Amino acid sequence: MNSSVITFPGSNCDRDMNVALKKFGFKNKMIWHDDLELPKSDLVVLPGGFSYGDYLRCGSMASKSKIMKSVLNFAKGGGNVIGICNGFQILVEAGLLPGVLLRNKYLEFICKNIFVKVNNKDNLFFKGIKKETLEFHIAHNEGNYFCSKEQSKEIDDNDQIALLYSDKAGNVNENTNPNGSIRNIAGIFNKERNILGMMPHPERMIDPALSGVDGSIFFENLINNLK
Amino acid sequence: MIVNEQVAIDHGLKKDEYKKICSLLKRVPNITELGIFSAMWNEHCSYKSSRFHLKNLPTKGKNVIQGPGENAGVIDIGDDDAIVFKIESHNHPSFIEPYQGAATGVGGIMRDVFTMGARPIANLNSIHFGSPQNKKTKNLLRGVVHGIGGYGNCMGVPTIAGQTSFDDSYNGNILVNAMTLGLVKKNKIFYSKAAGLGKPVIYVGSKTGRDGIHGATMASTSFDEKIEEKKPTVQVGDPFTEKLLLEACLELMAGDSIIAIQDMGAAGLTSSSIEMASKGNLGIEINLNMIPCRETKMSPYEIMLSESQERMLIVLENGKEELAKKIFDKWNLDFAIIGTTTKSKKIELFFDQEKVADIPINILVENSPMYDRKWKKSKLPKKIKVKKEQFKTLKIVNVLNKILSSPNVCSKKWIWQQYDHTVMGDTIQKPGGDAGVVRVHGTNKAIAASVDSSAVYCWAHPLSGGKQIVCESWRNLISVGAKPIAITNCLNFGSPENEENMGEFAECVQGLGEASSYLDFPVVSGNVSFYNQTKDIGIKPTPVIGGVGLISNYKDMVTMNLKEIGNILLVIGKTGGHLDQSLLSRDILNEKNGPPPEINLFNEKNNGETILKLVDKKFIKAAHDVSLGGIITALSKMCIKGKKGATLKKPNYLISQFEYLFGEDQGRYIIEIDKNNLKEVVEVLTENSVYFDELGIVNEDNLIIDEKSKVTIDDLIKSHTTWLTNYMNK
Repeated sequence: MNSSVITFPGSNCDRDMNVALKKFGFKNKMIWHDDLELPKSDLVVLPGGFSYGDYLRCGSMASKSKIMKSVLNFAKGGGNVIGICNGFQILVEAGLLPGVLLRNKYLEFICKNIFVKVNNKDNLFFKGIKKETLEFHIAHNEGNYFCSKEQSKEIDDNDQIALLYSDKAGNVNENTNPNGSIRNIAGIFNKERNILGMMPHPERMIDPALSGVDGSIFFENLINNLK
Repeated sequence: MIVNEQVAIDHGLKKDEYKKICSLLKRVPNITELGIFSAMWNEHCSYKSSRFHLKNLPTKGKNVIQGPGENAGVIDIGDDDAIVFKIESHNHPSFIEPYQGAATGVGGIMRDVFTMGARPIANLNSIHFGSPQNKKTKNLLRGVVHGIGGYGNCMGVPTIAGQTSFDDSYNGNILVNAMTLGLVKKNKIFYSKAAGLGKPVIYVGSKTGRDGIHGATMASTSFDEKIEEKKPTVQVGDPFTEKLLLEACLELMAGDSIIAIQDMGAAGLTSSSIEMASKGNLGIEINLNMIPCRETKMSPYEIMLSESQERMLIVLENGKEELAKKIFDKWNLDFAIIGTTTKSKKIELFFDQEKVADIPINILVENSPMYDRKWKKSKLPKKIKVKKEQFKTLKIVNVLNKILSSPNVCSKKWIWQQYDHTVMGDTIQKPGGDAGVVRVHGTNKAIAASVDSSAVYCWAHPLSGGKQIVCESWRNLISVGAKPIAITNCLNFGSPENEENMGEFAECVQGLGEASSYLDFPVVSGNVSFYNQTKDIGIKPTPVIGGVGLISNYKDMVTMNLKEIGNILLVIGKTGGHLDQSLLSRDILNEKNGPPPEINLFNEKNNGETILKLVDKKFIKAAHDVSLGGIITALSKMCIKGKKGATLKKPNYLISQFEYLFGEDQGRYIIEIDKNNLKEVVEVLTENSVYFDELGIVNEDNLIIDEKSKVTIDDLIKSHTTWLTNYMNK
């Protein structure tokens, strides 16, 4: 399986994502934001970081990068795209996913392990995952997902919610919401569910010596689904 | 502007220093030249009061590749890998403007590390604030934490450990010390020594603005009521540009274009250009019209003294200009050829076709002032005899809860949760342990690092205190199973012009040197910060030690959380019940006098090395050093982290129970071992003449001290975790 990770100026989880994808069998290429063409890919990943220093709005300037035209065409043609953290912010700014990501409710950067409930397994990213909840890791300042009432309804109608912040047992409530996201949303799809945006970092959960191993479940499952 | 004695004094120079300048130059300097002298000769850049004492520190060892004198120290960790590291203060700017002060402190130290060709792999910090009741403390703490996070998080470098303390003496002068470790291949280390004539001098990075002019001079004086006026001397950081600068520099460094490289830190273009020329015994010629400026009509004086961040100076090989420019263009950074190296051994500056400065380099560097300042020796305070009746009113569990929830002991999770500590995917021990640990990417090796200080001990007796912090750093590394290799130090003191403060400095440095020499734990880099005082009152002497150690297989790393019910707990090292200057004496009994605990370097070394032997044999399930608050505080933290309890044995000591539990004797650790290994562990300890006591056994969920003193781990967790969050959200 071929994957491409885009490096924007200020991306800083691009190396981690490269390590993770390779570990689970992807042939990964690092793509520079100023390039025009994407190589042939089964998966494109927009990694975390602080693209363009978060100037203007998080993800906003990166969403206008040269490479994004190719990413947009790839995604609109049904290609599989994941945006993690800043990558999620870029996807939202590029109009590929609905809603916005605001500053965390308590106005502080948060770095910690959290649980997410897998809300929808009828898609390529989560189909086949046996667990109901996954332990992931968040590290962000602007992960507070927000959308309008109309968008929220549309998201529901199309079953676009991917992940919800929860506890280990899968309970979703205010106490399990780390950043104030509307309805505890941690990740969403586009209508066709070939594009996934999420704040948590599965690539930091791929080794028992690190924060945990549920990221391994995610990547192993993903490459199997893509095969 | 006409230069005279008064103008020189306004620049922070002393009368006789000004006279010396005129006599060395054989003329009166112009204003640009005076600015250059004031920047090079201030305390921050010249180390004029400290050099005399620092030269006695041990700086060599079999693993030392580069000691003090470069941008950072370098140590060998085997397999052609090396670690570059240093700690630096940003105290004064952080008090004036906490966010930017702290942020640029982090940015500056990371630049020092990647200037040497190393990719930063971990950040640490040691931050000290006034009393929690002081009305400024909360905002300063919040601003500093946001600033450290704002810069480090954006750079994508994990902040893996730190230290926070509160003490009245920092009410008017907080401390912000930042440390960075970087990883480099031994044959790809870059230095600041220029070489060769007619080589192009290149400026890269951000544009030069009017920010931070005289920052280093500001950092070399005491604060008074007018500090608000000093806000413009604080630099403004842009971590995004620094991230680009890091990537661009590493890309250029992969080739062979660079002869020398130096970041523009304190005193900006002035100190970087002079340092490179001085080390290479060359001259340097710069055309200031070529400097990329952010603002119009900047004068030569302003350009030379600006402390705008995220800038580098490079001496390139001839003919590599185009190749280098391409890289910096790719990363959208300014690139300008601003001058050349010359044989004149002078710094010559041109602006609008005129020569605006002409100073022999050796006058600025070798002839810079050095003072053997007067200092006062401290006596060892008389021992306080705590009366046994005083203990009768105390209940052990209450005292323990009070200590665990006290500002200096409580959990600092509110702080480190705001730092990205997992980016780069190699953090295997997160903040909150004895030391932070990161793997060396793609290998089985791991690097442990810790920052430590004990201002109270140093204040009570500087010589003992100086030794103690080195030992504490050593112990923290041992506790995670790392072999200690070397240290960096950040020496935060009051005014060197005050005999008592200078005495504290001299004796702390002496103690520090003795301990690091004995432990073969050399000093490879460091920084001195004087004038940490408001009006006439200096801070408590606060030398901070950043220790670095190596774990050859990361799977052998040790953590402090209790692992298994039924396991045996041992205290390594002898317990004497020293209470003077302990948390129990100071905070509970309100007794602030007496000597700090004694340091026995032989035991310190022997105990530590024996623990490493036990780690090698995989006998140690958990370990933690015994420090503030004594055995019971250390054990409580192990219980809290492991969410398990412990049942204590009755000690066979003649000292009182309070002395036993809360005494702060040095050189001690608590270790957890499997009961089936007890015999073998005891053998190793006995063979190595290490004193130990059986402390107790791990149980499910209660800390049981004796029949009358019992507390649940949930209660301990509550005591330990609530204070800081409540304080910050109040």
